[in-house]
Amino acid sequence: MFWQAVTLQLGYNATLVMLGAACLGVAAGVTGTFLFLRKRALVSDAISHATLPGVGLAFMLMVALGGDGRNLIGLLLGSAVSAGIGLLCVNWLTRRTRLAEDAAIGAVLSVFFGFGIVLLTVIQTMSSGRQAGLEGFLLGSTAGMLWNEAMVIALGGAVTLALVVALRRPMTLVAFDPEYAAATGRNVAQIDLAIMGLAMAVTVIGLKIVGLILIVAMLIIPPVTARFWTDRTDTMVVISGAAGGLAAYLGAAWSAVVPSMPTGPIIVLVSFAGFVVSLLLAPNRGVLAAVLRHRRFQARVHLRQGLLALAQGQPIYERYTSRILQRAGLVSADGVATEAGRARAAKALLDEKRWEIVRADQAMEGAAALYDGMRALETVLTVDQIAEVDAKLAPPEALA
Amino acid sequence: MSGAEFVPLSLPPLVIGVLAAVACALPGNFLVLRKQALIGDAISHVVLPGIVVAFLVTGVVSAWPMMIGAALAALVAVGLIEAIRRLGRIEPGAAMGVVFTAMFAGGVLLLEQSDTSSVHLDVEHALYGNLESLIWLDATGWQSLWDPVALAGLPDELLRMAITLLVVGLFTWVLWRPLKISTFDAGFAEAVGVPTGTVGLGLVVVSAIAAVAAFDAVGSIIVIAMFICPPAAARMMTNSLERQVFWSVVFAVLSAVLGYVFAGYGPLWFGAANAVSAAGMIATVSGILLGLAAVFGPCRTRSGAPVA
Amino acid sequence: MAMTLASLDGRSQAEDPTISPLAVRGLTVSYGEKPAVFSVDMTLSKGRMTAIVGPNGAGKSTLLKAALGIISPLAGQALVHGKSLKSQRHRIAYVPQRASVDWDFPTRVIDVVLMGLQRELGLLGRVRAHHRERALACLDRVGMQDFADRQIGQLSGGQQQRVFLARALSQNADLYMLDEPFAGVDAATERAIIAVLKSLREEGKTVVAVHHDLATVTEYFDDIFLINTRKVAEGPVETTFTAENLNKTYGGRLAMAQIDQLELAAG
Repeated sequence: MFWQAVTLQLGYNATLVMLGAACLGVAAGVTGTFLFLRKRALVSDAISHATLPGVGLAFMLMVALGGDGRNLIGLLLGSAVSAGIGLLCVNWLTRRTRLAEDAAIGAVLSVFFGFGIVLLTVIQTMSSGRQAGLEGFLLGSTAGMLWNEAMVIALGGAVTLALVVALRRPMTLVAFDPEYAAATGRNVAQIDLAIMGLAMAVTVIGLKIVGLILIVAMLIIPPVTARFWTDRTDTMVVISGAAGGLAAYLGAAWSAVVPSMPTGPIIVLVSFAGFVVSLLLAPNRGVLAAVLRHRRFQARVHLRQGLLALAQGQPIYERYTSRILQRAGLVSADGVATEAGRARAAKALLDEKRWEIVRADQAMEGAAALYDGMRALETVLTVDQIAEVDAKLAPPEALA
Repeated sequence: MSGAEFVPLSLPPLVIGVLAAVACALPGNFLVLRKQALIGDAISHVVLPGIVVAFLVTGVVSAWPMMIGAALAALVAVGLIEAIRRLGRIEPGAAMGVVFTAMFAGGVLLLEQSDTSSVHLDVEHALYGNLESLIWLDATGWQSLWDPVALAGLPDELLRMAITLLVVGLFTWVLWRPLKISTFDAGFAEAVGVPTGTVGLGLVVVSAIAAVAAFDAVGSIIVIAMFICPPAAARMMTNSLERQVFWSVVFAVLSAVLGYVFAGYGPLWFGAANAVSAAGMIATVSGILLGLAAVFGPCRTRSGAPVA
Repeated sequence: MAMTLASLDGRSQAEDPTISPLAVRGLTVSYGEKPAVFSVDMTLSKGRMTAIVGPNGAGKSTLLKAALGIISPLAGQALVHGKSLKSQRHRIAYVPQRASVDWDFPTRVIDVVLMGLQRELGLLGRVRAHHRERALACLDRVGMQDFADRQIGQLSGGQQQRVFLARALSQNADLYMLDEPFAGVDAATERAIIAVLKSLREEGKTVVAVHHDLATVTEYFDDIFLINTRKVAEGPVETTFTAENLNKTYGGRLAMAQIDQLELAAG
């Protein structure tokens, strides 16, 4: 069954929803990357919660005008308007008052959401409101979706994705270095607005599938996942988009097969699983790699310090340092340097002396900047240059 | 309205609402100043998986296991956020977003997959609670306040919320100076021997206790709103931390009272028959108060603040 | 030196005047994989003023913070009066960088100074009149007594720095550690701060400051500690503040012309 779903053999509606979800997932992953790089990931939380009053008011307005309150396009338009107002409130509070952005986000999301709940309870008491099913927007539901609704989502997802692709270059530039972008004549405020606008579009279209509480996950988790795998902005955008698209596609397929599985939570959890794997196992930034690297590095630092202390006849203060030296066979159990230890210590001291020369020499400024106490001089300078350094080193040593 | 109607039906929810609002607003002051306002948001989201797991483990819907489950979930969430932030070198906002959405999603999924149809446990309840249902059937009027038999029938939530407020208040009072120093200047605090890490963790734990107790009585919405809106509004009123905390309590009480009254009686003024969600209305009122403070507050901007 | 080493083993009991107020041994601090401070030894002399000098990013502030236990080192230790930092915290006063805090914090000048009394007040101790008087006296010493009730956000950079110094004074310590006390302050403040630091020295206290301005080293300080990831040199300004040592510290980053203008010790 699951396989059938993944290969799009599960009926027209389910296929549309899955394709729409995948488009939306890619768009969310890409847009979210820019939010994340601008350190505004949680603004999306304010946007999504701020959609609720719009949904409620749109329903009431459509009913008041004699129409069907459940028209999806109308509801989504309403949600977009109130999300936009919420976003303006966050910006206003941050710019015009002493509040930091996190407090502004929290205030807007709770107040708008609270007001939305008030409106939902009003709608429940309306004669036409009993079966409105607006609660579906809280957690999303794709079960029993009408054909034209599925169409709206598929088209909306595709259009958002197209916009993201079209705007990716200026957004990358602004996310990477806003000051440089401004200096080259880009309107940073406008591009920021575009990023927020796209986040809003993703949120609004995702409401029906994922629901407003969890849509933020689609904007946050994929970029954070991608961050573990690369240090480059453009690669991160691609990985994040792929991770978002895949999670949304698999999640929608799964929930199409098992209708009791709500789409939103499944998509979020699939996405989260990808995040956990990346957090632990990513080759460079992953936790496992980092822990191993840190321990190796600490051992190297202690070894080097121990060798320098040996060379200069200074006492070794820390037990860990002695243990490392012993384990490497550089000192004997009673703390006396072995022959190998003396040789290594002499080499370490020579290295330090050479570095001293390099760092005092204006001509070698480039190499000197690389000094960190650990780096072997041979990795920075050529054999000839080292000989040059040694020439400077020798005379005063000889004199002394 | 007569006491015979007000005391059993409106007084308990009103008092519980006020207690919950103040219990959240107190730690909220420090969270807002530490730029950790959204910890409240994260905690209130992860309460759901906490209570669902507690229900699955114990098989009963009862307050204490659920509150313990929620508190544990809050601690797990805070631990995960810290771990992701430090180990993964991810900025705190994004780390928070990852953790609370994933845990909330897990909670919803567990809820849908387990047989909870027979019990009153659903997402909506977790979100906006049921303040209106916390009534005091044994009361017959104001005189019941002095009647031990009737008092025994007060909703449990009232006592729990009162104890919570006491705990939160004690914490704030005892740790006032360490909280203040480590919030203002963590490096200096560390240098004079204030255990800033422990103080910070204590603040989060106390916030979690407030959030969980308040959530049980009034739902998550109020929790997030009360952590942030009253302290944020109070921030615009004064340049002294002591007075800011005082103002935040005033705003919290006002939000709870006005919100409850508007929700219960407001619709009647407009000719509608049914009350609206009190939790939602309390959050709305706190937002309106914040808006007023942001426009008119004497200390609303960073620069050129008037002399206190 | 032999005395100092003996004290490191915890053998000496009474306070020995030759014991350094702050001795750092083999300190390495790393952000990620690049040590900011590598295997640094530093020994402050009692009753003297020491400048920690080095180029940007040379690990000056990092050294100070690690010695204070604010950041944890990868290797090495700091001994205060020959004992562990933890047991001697009350003898250290610290002036962090001005920019390290949010000056929009809702509090008054006097409250910031009272923070220096935290150890003395403990958890539940109440601020009494004599505490307040002491805080006011400290403000008086830095020329800020009229600002006691001012909101801290209204202060100028120099005034903020003086408040931080007053807070350190209220700690009543005998080792003063200052992180860039003269960064971005006006000339009057700079004079006021140096006057206070010199008066502390007269009282026999030890002062160490991260310092940026090479032109004032000779005028302000007794000792200099030159650092660029590693220690370059340490000792009295008269003998250590030489063109050669500066060259070793700054490499090509300090033009010869600049060095020529300094009042240097004969190299």
